Amino acid sequence: MTKKPLTAKPPKMKWNPMLKIDNLHAEVGGTEILKGLSLEIGAGEIHAIMGPNGAGKSTLAYVLGGRAGYEVTAGSVTYDGVDLLDMAPHERAAAGLFLGFQYPVEIPGVSNVQFLRSALNAQRKVRGEEPLSGAEFLKLAREQASALKMDAEMLKRAVNVGFSGGEKKRNEMVQMGIIDPKLAILDETDSGLDIDALRTVGEGINSILRKPDKAVLLITHYQRLLDVVKPDFVHVLAAGRIVKTGGADLALVLENEGYEAIAEAA
Amino acid sequence: MTELAPLPTRRDEAWRYADLDALAPVWPRIAGQREDIVVAAGETASRQLILEAGDPNVAVKTLSVRIEKDARFVLHCLAIAADYGRIAVDVMLGEGAHFELGGAILGTGEQTLEIVTDVRHAEPGGTSNQVVRSVLGGKATGSYLGKVAVARHAQKTDAAQSVKAMLLDRTATANAKPELEIFADDVKCAHGATVGELDKAALFYMASRGIPPVEARRLMLQAFIADAFVSVEDDAAREAIEAKALDVLEAIT
Repeated sequence: MTKKPLTAKPPKMKWNPMLKIDNLHAEVGGTEILKGLSLEIGAGEIHAIMGPNGAGKSTLAYVLGGRAGYEVTAGSVTYDGVDLLDMAPHERAAAGLFLGFQYPVEIPGVSNVQFLRSALNAQRKVRGEEPLSGAEFLKLAREQASALKMDAEMLKRAVNVGFSGGEKKRNEMVQMGIIDPKLAILDETDSGLDIDALRTVGEGINSILRKPDKAVLLITHYQRLLDVVKPDFVHVLAAGRIVKTGGADLALVLENEGYEAIAEAA
Repeated sequence: MTELAPLPTRRDEAWRYADLDALAPVWPRIAGQREDIVVAAGETASRQLILEAGDPNVAVKTLSVRIEKDARFVLHCLAIAADYGRIAVDVMLGEGAHFELGGAILGTGEQTLEIVTDVRHAEPGGTSNQVVRSVLGGKATGSYLGKVAVARHAQKTDAAQSVKAMLLDRTATANAKPELEIFADDVKCAHGATVGELDKAALFYMASRGIPPVEARRLMLQAFIADAFVSVEDDAAREAIEAKALDVLEAIT
């Protein structure tokens, strides 16, 4: 395979990024997965991270979300000027961070409505806002479900219990619409979706997050979601570090040439 | 049949996990105290039995129920207060009768709490359904012993038992013991028992949506024990017993 020169230019320095990850090292079960990852995401930007299996993509998402067992050994993450790593997971959410799960979790006995209303009102409380009443919440939840073409009846069902893979991912996006975060980290939201669902989910991401005061970090294996959600920057993650950064066209180059060629060239 | 006198021993299965030392000083006073209920043929009756604050530190409540032909008895139990608390229920089912039990054991500290049932299907066509949920923290011990006996001619008996316990601390203990004695050959007797901890992945998922840890645990535990009370037919009564359980859950989590 011949290597084409990569023409994408690295992003310009941003002085006040919404999220600044600097030289991040993280371990899972004593094994170092992230080995000096640096990344800056500014307001209004959509970034995509692509990379081979085992590169550390999901680890990055969990570290940013604050999952126990993902230990940061060096480096820093600053979100809106504050130390993100110093915050508990629910505080990160209240500060506007949303983590879209690759494998959304089932919670038997807790309905979607109960779950999301508790979540939204807990976040509103932290921000000093009044809680939404049951009726106000239901109206909001029905609007978001309809925008993402999810049957409103599913809101009454236990969180993700008995949902298909695609329904779970759609439910993640309904949750994101209701919570209306400032920064979304979406871990393989496109996996398990058929073509129509992919388009619906992609358009959902655009309508919820393609705004000047919001930002997205999309973690994906495939180009197809990026056809709908056009990234401003594409990063290649390999062996725990960002090895290449480019514009949307980098994803196309990756699709044609594979990760290996890029990782080697870097 | 649970014998209440003389002082029980651990050789008797129903008392194997009991705190006999706590029981001994009060045994002469409580031995033999039992409430008898007869549900007449074709009737429906329901009861709630709650060991709660205000009861003595050692409390044993014993209920003996005879459910006659085609009658129905619905019992809901909550074992929450007392250092040592036991709810013992003996049930005799007539032909086509139904017994429904929903029970929750919520304990912490050094509490020992027990629900012991002895359900006898004496005639054909009887059904019973028992659901018990325990949430235990600290060094608490929660035990459910559920005996189901099916007489030789009690064909077409359908008895179900579901027992689940959630341990909030590694120092807590849950005992779940189904005990089936089946002499008939055309019956259905289903039983299941699990002991587990709160799902950490679900707790993180809830936190990632902004739900603080205390509230996340409360939501999950509330859902867990709700199984025991779905069979309360009256909405107000269900809300009342759930509210009582919820108050305790908030205190022990």
